[in-house]
Amino acid sequence: MNKVFPNKAALSADLKNNPTLRAEIRKQRVGASIRYIILLFFGLVMLYPLFWMFSAAFKPNHEIFSSLSLWPKEFSLDGFINGWNTGTEYTFGRFFLNTLYYVVPKVILTVISSVIVAYGFARFDIPFKKFWFVTLVATILLPTSVLLIPQYLMFREMGMLDSYLPLYLPMAFATQGFFVFMLIQFLRGLPTDMEEAAQIDGCNSYQLLWYIVVPMLKPAIISVALFQFMWSVNDFLGPLIYISSVEKYPIALALKLSIDVTEGTQWNEILAMASIAIVPSIVVFLIAQNYFVEGISSGGVKG
Amino acid sequence: MSKVVFENLTKVYSNGFKAVHGINLEIEDGEFLVVIGPSGCAKSTTLRMLAGLESVTGGSISIGGKVVNGLPPKDRGIAMVFQNYALYPHMSVRENLGFGLKLAKVSKADIEKQVNEAAELLELTPLLDRLPRQLSGGQAQRVAVGRAIVKRPQVFLFDEPLSNLDAKLRASMRVRISDLHKTLKKTNRSATSVYVTHDQTEAMTMGDRICVMKDGHIMQVDTPANLYKYPKNLFVAGFIGAPEMNMVETRLDRTGEGKCHLALSSQMLGLPDEKLQRVLTNFTEDVVFGIRPEFIKLADENSPQDEIIKGTIVRMENMGAEFYVHFTVEDRELCTRVPSDVVEAKLLDSIGKEQRFHFEMSNAHIFDKKTEMNISL
Repeated sequence: MNKVFPNKAALSADLKNNPTLRAEIRKQRVGASIRYIILLFFGLVMLYPLFWMFSAAFKPNHEIFSSLSLWPKEFSLDGFINGWNTGTEYTFGRFFLNTLYYVVPKVILTVISSVIVAYGFARFDIPFKKFWFVTLVATILLPTSVLLIPQYLMFREMGMLDSYLPLYLPMAFATQGFFVFMLIQFLRGLPTDMEEAAQIDGCNSYQLLWYIVVPMLKPAIISVALFQFMWSVNDFLGPLIYISSVEKYPIALALKLSIDVTEGTQWNEILAMASIAIVPSIVVFLIAQNYFVEGISSGGVKG
Repeated sequence: MSKVVFENLTKVYSNGFKAVHGINLEIEDGEFLVVIGPSGCAKSTTLRMLAGLESVTGGSISIGGKVVNGLPPKDRGIAMVFQNYALYPHMSVRENLGFGLKLAKVSKADIEKQVNEAAELLELTPLLDRLPRQLSGGQAQRVAVGRAIVKRPQVFLFDEPLSNLDAKLRASMRVRISDLHKTLKKTNRSATSVYVTHDQTEAMTMGDRICVMKDGHIMQVDTPANLYKYPKNLFVAGFIGAPEMNMVETRLDRTGEGKCHLALSSQMLGLPDEKLQRVLTNFTEDVVFGIRPEFIKLADENSPQDEIIKGTIVRMENMGAEFYVHFTVEDRELCTRVPSDVVEAKLLDSIGKEQRFHFEMSNAHIFDKKTEMNISL
């Protein structure tokens, strides 16, 4: 198989004269086809609910549960139009904006605080560093629900209920251990020579972070931002607990709202809005996907 | 003035490992000092302490008369070239060169001027807008050197800067760095350089002086020629020179008042008068006899009788211009360098045959086996 063929004609001539080689190639092709068929099948199984959601959004309500076909018999945009207007005094656009009001600060604060903390862990000698690191990892393992009640009481005392502050304020203190951990692992994989060179060039610790570490951390930072963005947009529990007035509802709560208020649930409206709701996540992911994949893989492997 | 002085410099790591054992060293203003030693001899640690990247446990470091122990790297007036270049990957060559100046808040026009000047000196001008990943190893190393020059430091530090380059490039960069040092010196810019390497060719060709280190101790500091000719101890003798110095454990025999002979297996070698005097003052029986391959010649009628040893040739390596001829004296193997024409005239088909060799004893060394010091200096 290692033979070098000078050109295609010679290759086919060689193939003709060499039954074992031919059989070998055929075997490989068959193997590849089987692999792809299996992958394709499972891929479609995974994506089916998504396709179903998109197609159902274009169906009238009565058709959604009566036909298995992905292609709508009666094509209708009613779901989108009515869904956008919602049963409340606000349009769905309002809920979109509401979502951004807490997701954007949340992402920014997470990135800033996690990078600073990770930098400290990865590059400085802190007293009892091992203990603090173990504590950090332990917080990752702590179930979120354990914190719900104490946190709620705390924010109630601070008078922050029905505002977005409880949703993003904790992020200013690098409370999501997973991101800090991910960044630490990534930083540990980076050689320190550049930082030493920069120290000699005259950087202090903050300049080092800003001019050297952050640019090198870019893939990991983008992964953190992306994860935080998607998880925050999808977060249901947080807003459910802290946001009580409808005018402040984010998408996650607004979708649930449509199920609550109408008697016969307008599934096409919900599915249409759900389809729109996932668009930002998908767009952001596609824009950042190169960095994202690099960030996850190097963060994991090099640690 | 940018004289560097180490006084009783010590480094102990937090795990208790003592890396540097109180070294004393003076590096003169404008001098090019090469620090050489096997891996783990703390040469890089010493350099990093000088740079301020590693804390000092004891003793002091001063640059230009000022003790810098507690100063951060940026306030020491140094620039460093790293083994793997350590260029900032997200900055262009121009930004890499000017980064130090930018931090020092030098005006844009001045940065531009100094960067261009350094780029010209190192022929980097066409590469100024490239990113480090678009450079070859040699180019990247030149940028690293340029980054150091732009800063106009008092002291240049080099941490094995050429060991990532291939042999040919290494040779040309070696010359370049030497020339650069001379140029800087001529233009009256401070050019004190400390260059760490494990490559003895670099050490011999580049250094005004060489500092040989072993296990955190300085073994000897001297000019390349003196280091080669007059090694103070066994380690330096064995470390400098290729092929290595022949070393034979043997004994000194007193053969009467003010006389002694060196036993090489059953044969005896005499010592010339000036060596004899020195050896007798530090006399000890158990010694190591060392002689460089080039000081063993084929014996002829003029060779003094007490400097002739009979040996059997076991192997000849053709190096082109010369041969390395390995021979045994009973159970000891030694090596000599013989020019190719002499081999062709006299030594063809001589493997396995006995040959008389002339050991030039005036160039031989005798080391105390216990203290490993050269007692014939």
